[in-house]
Amino acid sequence: MNAHVTHLEALEAEAVFILREVAAEFERPVLLFSGGKDSIVMLHVAEKAFAPARVPFPIMHVDTGHNFTEVIEYRDRRVAGSGVRLVVASVQASIDAGRVIEEPGPRPSRNRLQTITLLDAIAANRFDAVFGGGRRDEEKARAKERIFSHRDEFGQWDPKNQRPELWQLYNGRHRPGEHLRVFPLSNWTELDVWRYIGREGIEVPSIYYAHRRPVFPRDGMWLAVTPFVAIQAGEVVEEREVRFRTVGDATCTGAVESSARTVDQVIDEVAASRLTERGATRADDRISEAGMEDRKREGYF
Amino acid sequence: MDLLRFATAGSVDDGKSTLIGRLLLDTRQVFADQLEAVERTSRDRGFDYVNLALLTDGLRAEREQGITIDVAYRYFATPKRKFIIADTPGHVQYTRNMVTGASTADLALVLVDARKGLLEQSRRHAVIASLLRVRHLVVCVNKMDLVGYDEGVFEAIKRDFAEFAARLELADLTFIPISALHGDNVVSHSARMPWYEGPTLLWHLENVYVGSDRNLIDPRFPVQYVIRPRSDDHHDYRGYAGQVAGGIFRPGDEVVVLPSGFTTTVAGIDFGGRPLAAAFPPQSVTIRLADEIDVGRGDLICRPHNAPTVGQDIDAMVCWFAERPLTSRSTFVIKHTSRTARALVTSLRYRLDVNSLSRDEAAGRLGMNDLGRVRLRTTVPLFFDPYRRNRTTGSFILIDEASNNTVGAGMILGEGTG
Repeated sequence: MNAHVTHLEALEAEAVFILREVAAEFERPVLLFSGGKDSIVMLHVAEKAFAPARVPFPIMHVDTGHNFTEVIEYRDRRVAGSGVRLVVASVQASIDAGRVIEEPGPRPSRNRLQTITLLDAIAANRFDAVFGGGRRDEEKARAKERIFSHRDEFGQWDPKNQRPELWQLYNGRHRPGEHLRVFPLSNWTELDVWRYIGREGIEVPSIYYAHRRPVFPRDGMWLAVTPFVAIQAGEVVEEREVRFRTVGDATCTGAVESSARTVDQVIDEVAASRLTERGATRADDRISEAGMEDRKREGYF
Repeated sequence: MDLLRFATAGSVDDGKSTLIGRLLLDTRQVFADQLEAVERTSRDRGFDYVNLALLTDGLRAEREQGITIDVAYRYFATPKRKFIIADTPGHVQYTRNMVTGASTADLALVLVDARKGLLEQSRRHAVIASLLRVRHLVVCVNKMDLVGYDEGVFEAIKRDFAEFAARLELADLTFIPISALHGDNVVSHSARMPWYEGPTLLWHLENVYVGSDRNLIDPRFPVQYVIRPRSDDHHDYRGYAGQVAGGIFRPGDEVVVLPSGFTTTVAGIDFGGRPLAAAFPPQSVTIRLADEIDVGRGDLICRPHNAPTVGQDIDAMVCWFAERPLTSRSTFVIKHTSRTARALVTSLRYRLDVNSLSRDEAAGRLGMNDLGRVRLRTTVPLFFDPYRRNRTTGSFILIDEASNNTVGAGMILGEGTG
């Protein structure tokens, strides 16, 4: 018989194994869901992993308040259809409660503030395992992170003291107050995610496909005109055909010029792209050479 | 398109990072923004060439010290295959890192510096690959540019290595003369080594056949999780979720559930709400059984006349990762497939010297990065096969009960008797 397994099948089987392992070994897992393509794929794989039962854990959106309307609409529709419980951890609520202070100046970003909101929500809900859609191909620090990544009681990652991870024997043991971040899509690349979206016929927010919208250039990328971004002197708004390669906080997520209106066109575009996903579209990663590493140490996604 | 996982190992400065950078660059996996960053950093640090090794730098401490500390995973793809590289550093904690990288690898790539020949570290890499049952080993003799692309140098290293490797269990050993810096024989054939008629490294990686490395003979299904929908539509559904660890399962197969020993048949195999005609490694599926019997996480489904060993005494090779040494009478948490138990080290038979392959029976302890043979007694029976027969049912990790750290990794030789 033909026992051939394609690379997408192997990646899916690995992710399913990881999701089930956590469901079996942890008391209170949660799946981070931003409405971005990686978390959408992760939720889709989770639904397959536990079918015909429902996904046995809630999902959580860390909401910066700086959202694309299309993404929030998508999130609510997706949640309603799946029967999972959605927990919203709001950065605005953290600001209102005085837990964090909004950055001053004309170009405030809530990217870094999310970490406190996330850690507060993990503590308040006593989550002991937190699924993230992070992939190792995204960024240098992520390339070295374990699939089961231990966080101490401060939510911190200690990159130099990680547990060896062998075979598929994941060590999720932790003390009360500590938790694990778990990354089922660790071994997927941006292209794998898109090919899987195509194979499974998964719906993603419309802004992942080419559309015309008013944008302006900043830091070498196209930022969308939203109520959260103040246009500076000298910045000129124009309408262009763009799509988003990543979906995050609207103040720091850039669009790329694109005419890819279908999954297949996006796959072709990603395969031919000469820029990394984050390099092309994420101002938050341009802070320094160690931007992601520093944020991860503090407890970021 | 299929998937090949390989581990790379090298000694200090033998050009491993440069080789990986070269593979990524020449298969167009390096993006313009990454290359710009590397060019900028190369200039800033005073290199007079673009240092491709910088592509694989990860953590701040590594950049500061100019070394690689931890296993890093890299990805590239060609139209034929997707590759996952476990990039294991040769500096710090090399044994731990190499064992970790090799544990999931189909193939190991070892670099040898053409000027230095076979070093102790190269031997160690080959030994670890063999112990971890990585069946395919590729030895890249690198820096051929620095020995004038001399065939004699390549042949001498090949002879030395093959002589040493004859004492190991390696199914497939390939030698390729390369220059990672200049790209010779990495992606395209080198005009400077017309005497070499073998494949380029990339061609070999794309074509090496690993499909038969899976065990499709002995059906093994460790139960990971029980799926019981609490909905009216699927009121009576009871499925056993897991990843097939060996063999092929089909609906109608007669099966035995361990430890209860109940015999029943496979009523159906599902995934994602759809029925499957068969399940084989590494598929994650859900198996339904014809009879209502008590099955839970940690149980194992197999065939009546092909079952793993059920036992509490285990003979194993262990690689030790912790500063506190392993001695006999120490106890740990053991994780083996989906079973977790406690394990007592009843005896330490010997420490293996990975350079000479000699056995030190008077060792008394295993220090950090040591390998040795131990006897374990577990609190509950485990369902295991020899590691050489099945990597999944033959492997385990040891966890320190106080720190929760993973302190050891084991490969089962068989049942401990006598």
